[in-house]
Amino acid sequence: MVQPLNYLKESPSQTAGPYVHIGCTPNFTGITGVYDTDLGSGPMANDKTRGERITIKGRVIDGSGTPLRDAMIEIWQADADGFYNSPSETRGKADPNFFGWGRCPADMVTGEFSFETIKPGSVPFNDGRPMAPHVTLWIVARGINIGLQTRMYFSDEEEANAKDPVLSRIEHRVRVPTLIGKREGDVVTFDIHLQGENETIFFDI
Amino acid sequence: MKNTVPETGGFFARDREIHPPAYTPGYKTSVLRAPQRALISLEGTKSEITGPVFGHNMIGEFDNDLIVNYAKPGEMAIGQRIMVHGRVLDERGVGVAGALVEFWQANAGGRYRHKKETYLAAIDPNFGGFGRCITDENGYYAFRTIKPGAYPWPNGVNDWRPAHIHFSIFGHGFAQRLITQMYFEGDPLIWICPIVKTIPDEEAIKRLVAPLDMNNTVPMDMRAYKFDIVLRGRRSTFFENRKEGN
Ligand SMILES: [Fe+2]
Repeated sequence: MVQPLNYLKESPSQTAGPYVHIGCTPNFTGITGVYDTDLGSGPMANDKTRGERITIKGRVIDGSGTPLRDAMIEIWQADADGFYNSPSETRGKADPNFFGWGRCPADMVTGEFSFETIKPGSVPFNDGRPMAPHVTLWIVARGINIGLQTRMYFSDEEEANAKDPVLSRIEHRVRVPTLIGKREGDVVTFDIHLQGENETIFFDI
Repeated sequence: MKNTVPETGGFFARDREIHPPAYTPGYKTSVLRAPQRALISLEGTKSEITGPVFGHNMIGEFDNDLIVNYAKPGEMAIGQRIMVHGRVLDERGVGVAGALVEFWQANAGGRYRHKKETYLAAIDPNFGGFGRCITDENGYYAFRTIKPGAYPWPNGVNDWRPAHIHFSIFGHGFAQRLITQMYFEGDPLIWICPIVKTIPDEEAIKRLVAPLDMNNTVPMDMRAYKFDIVLRGRRSTFFENRKEGN
């Protein structure tokens, strides 16, 4: 016999369902008067936030090529200097004018999501090597049984992307572009494909 | 013991055996929305083990009271009055303080307040169907609501969801992010629901079924259901992140 480990087990996930917006973004569905604003909505940067202003936009696309119009996307990212606004950030103090988290429901007609934010700085990998600038995304929707975790890197960071410790160990090189947002001016477009030839890489973190 | 040192350890590997797989044909919508390729394993980096902090001051006075938070002054939502309460823990059994818990549900007749909702049950003019709270220093949360009704949904020709409350939980790290559903003890619909059945492990399903909690039931007022939620645990950092040596 040995001592029991006594760990609990994580609660199993269940789909967010078609009405996730009632709970997470009620004003978006037209239920007003309970919360002043929807949590995580609106611009992520204010006048004092340091960094380059960008808009990240995209769609979540199913196996038939149809954009999901009931998805909810959350984003989490470092500030312009690569610090997270989190108690678990021990390397330094993040920009107090940048919260770093946003939440956006897909548009009910077009399926488009968008985040007005700043371009994040580089964050070190666990062994100290720099990771290329990226944002972390979490996607839920009806029909998605457990939230999908992925990252978006930037097309204007070719050199950094080539050295990125996460991107560089992806065996099927042909899939790497699925993690790279296409930057044109201030807009970075990132479509997330749930299935098919261009299926986005999702991570088990 | 109060935990005041910021936690920087990585999260326990997720046990995918207790979670539903992506592709579950019994739940038809998953078929075109399920990634088909293997997930790529990534040991959490700063980008995943960090997460934002939501302050208690963002919570409005009635955010945790669905009986009144949408009701006209002096009126109340119709239905069986209940309190749902419990703790947000992690796999180590540690209470997760400051976790954001958001919840949404159908009204007593099984109807949601949503433009895409077509079920013929009546809308309750005094029920919005959502709320939120932030856990205290022990990970405890509580809210007041009415017991939601079961409802039919377009999947099979005669599929009904058991009474349930949807939960979204935000712990300390973005990698802990979780959405799930709470069911009620004794509901026969639980075991025939295609969404419940996406979970391959019967023991795991039972962990989503809240028991009636007579100890916390308020006499002549409301019954209580107890629902603990477990998020991923976090490694000790005792031998990690050393400034010198190994
Ligand atoms: Fe539901």
